[in-house]
Amino acid sequence: MRAVIKTLPLIDTVAHSSTRPPAAVIPHPSAPALAAAADRAAAASESIDRTARRQRTELAARIVAPLLGVLAFLAIWSLVSMGGSIPGPAKTWNAAVQVFSDPFYKNGPNDQGIAWKIGGSLGRVGVGFGFAALVGIPLGFLIGRFAFLRNMAEPVIGLLRPVSPLAWLPIGLLVFKGANPAAIWTIFISSIWPMISNTAVGVQRVPSDYLNVARVLNLSEWKVFTKILFPAVLPYMLTGVRLSMGVAWLVIVAAEMLTGGVGLGFWVWDEWNNLKVENILIAIIVIGIIGLALEQLLLLIAKRWQYD
Amino acid sequence: MDPYLKIENVGMSFDTKKGPFVALRDIHLEINKGEFVTLIGHSGCGKSTLLNLITGLNTPSSGHLFLSGRQIMGPGPDRGVVFQNHSLLPWLTCFDNVYLAVERVFGGSEPKAKLAERTRHALELVHLTDATDKRPQEISGGMKQRVGIARALAMEPKLLLMDEPFGALDALTRARLQDELMRIVAETGSTVVMVTHDVDEAVLLADRVIMMTNGPAATIGETLEVSLPRPRDRLQLANDPTYMRLRKAVLEFLYQKQLKAAA
Repeated sequence: MRAVIKTLPLIDTVAHSSTRPPAAVIPHPSAPALAAAADRAAAASESIDRTARRQRTELAARIVAPLLGVLAFLAIWSLVSMGGSIPGPAKTWNAAVQVFSDPFYKNGPNDQGIAWKIGGSLGRVGVGFGFAALVGIPLGFLIGRFAFLRNMAEPVIGLLRPVSPLAWLPIGLLVFKGANPAAIWTIFISSIWPMISNTAVGVQRVPSDYLNVARVLNLSEWKVFTKILFPAVLPYMLTGVRLSMGVAWLVIVAAEMLTGGVGLGFWVWDEWNNLKVENILIAIIVIGIIGLALEQLLLLIAKRWQYD
Repeated sequence: MDPYLKIENVGMSFDTKKGPFVALRDIHLEINKGEFVTLIGHSGCGKSTLLNLITGLNTPSSGHLFLSGRQIMGPGPDRGVVFQNHSLLPWLTCFDNVYLAVERVFGGSEPKAKLAERTRHALELVHLTDATDKRPQEISGGMKQRVGIARALAMEPKLLLMDEPFGALDALTRARLQDELMRIVAETGSTVVMVTHDVDEAVLLADRVIMMTNGPAATIGETLEVSLPRPRDRLQLANDPTYMRLRKAVLEFLYQKQLKAAA
């Protein structure tokens, strides 16, 4: 189907230049067959025209519009930078070239290249988020499957979920007695909720038809889980994972600002203290790009597991 | 000899907010081994409820059901079920959907190669050898329903239960699948209970048509023996006086007696 659409623009140019105008002229009472044929041709070219038009709109929507958006963003940024306190795109670009020219340098524990900073942040998110998945997903399954557990968990989750992530940081510092584990703990506790609730909702929404199949076949609990429950819940679970990853990436920057160490969050804070605002802007853009990439990656994975 | 399936004084009521809702009452039915029985009635007459009771998905509020002498206490693989909406698992191939059932029934006693062989044979029976490795969403509605039938048959059930299996299909596909079902049942000697709301289907397929009164508190209104010889050919039957008489009897039941009762 897609391949067909891709080949159409070629036909479109032909249809435009020749077939269409004559079709409007030809209707002649003495040559009805000819007219009918022309009508058909006109109808065909009409439909090709329409496909081409749709394709142009699609092109505009997918490439031109985003491009314009980015340009507008850069323009506003340039305007704002004229005020003087914020560096403009060009200055930031030059600073970025410098930052990325030597991404792997190490000048002591707190002064390391951009690659190490990104790695540090991703590492903390990976560990905290990984633990959250290990705990949250099984918990979600249990809560979804057993109403009693659900009723037990509901008030606790309802209470803890709206708490601002950073409120957990002192608890982490107190319990784990270290900045790095405390940051990981904060990621863990703030990113666990979407995975729990989405998995639980997924379990509750497994179509009753599938469960009837399990009941009619009298499948063992293990088979029910591996062949029906898990695949049916997977799309919900992956949505939870994606939301959790978003939260984790949001939180890490804030957590690192407070805990320090090598990472993007602390870098932002450090450059604020140095008043190198262009580096802060670079950090913001890098954080954004990585967040976007993670989201897209998880969407891609989710798509792979989407049925129907 | 005792009947194969015996339904004894069965009633079914559901608890609703407005109090108990009586769906079925006083159901007595005996079905012999190898018999093909169709249940027909207006929607809401409880025919699917009755089928669910035989399946074991629901337990009757009163009365008992026995399958070859043993009381039905819950669902089990001795009854193969074909659902109206096929209910195939979308993440499994056609083969794996059937294999899941085969493995459940024969996995304890047979090696894997034999299980795969059974699965392939079941798919062959419904003429789906080509779709073996396809996922349900890649095949047509009629093919999905055939996989559902293959899944049920592969279990070699004592009883094949079908809940409006062809209800969602177009007329041509439906006719073809009906013909195939008759062939398969003749080949396997299955005992079948099928719920339908299609008069032609009910008469064409059945040895006996069970006509249900309108709900609530539905019960068996009339039964009709269909003594047409097999194999049956739908084209010949179209002008067969016996077939036309039987068909008319069902129509009269549904559209005169029961419509009046409903109004």
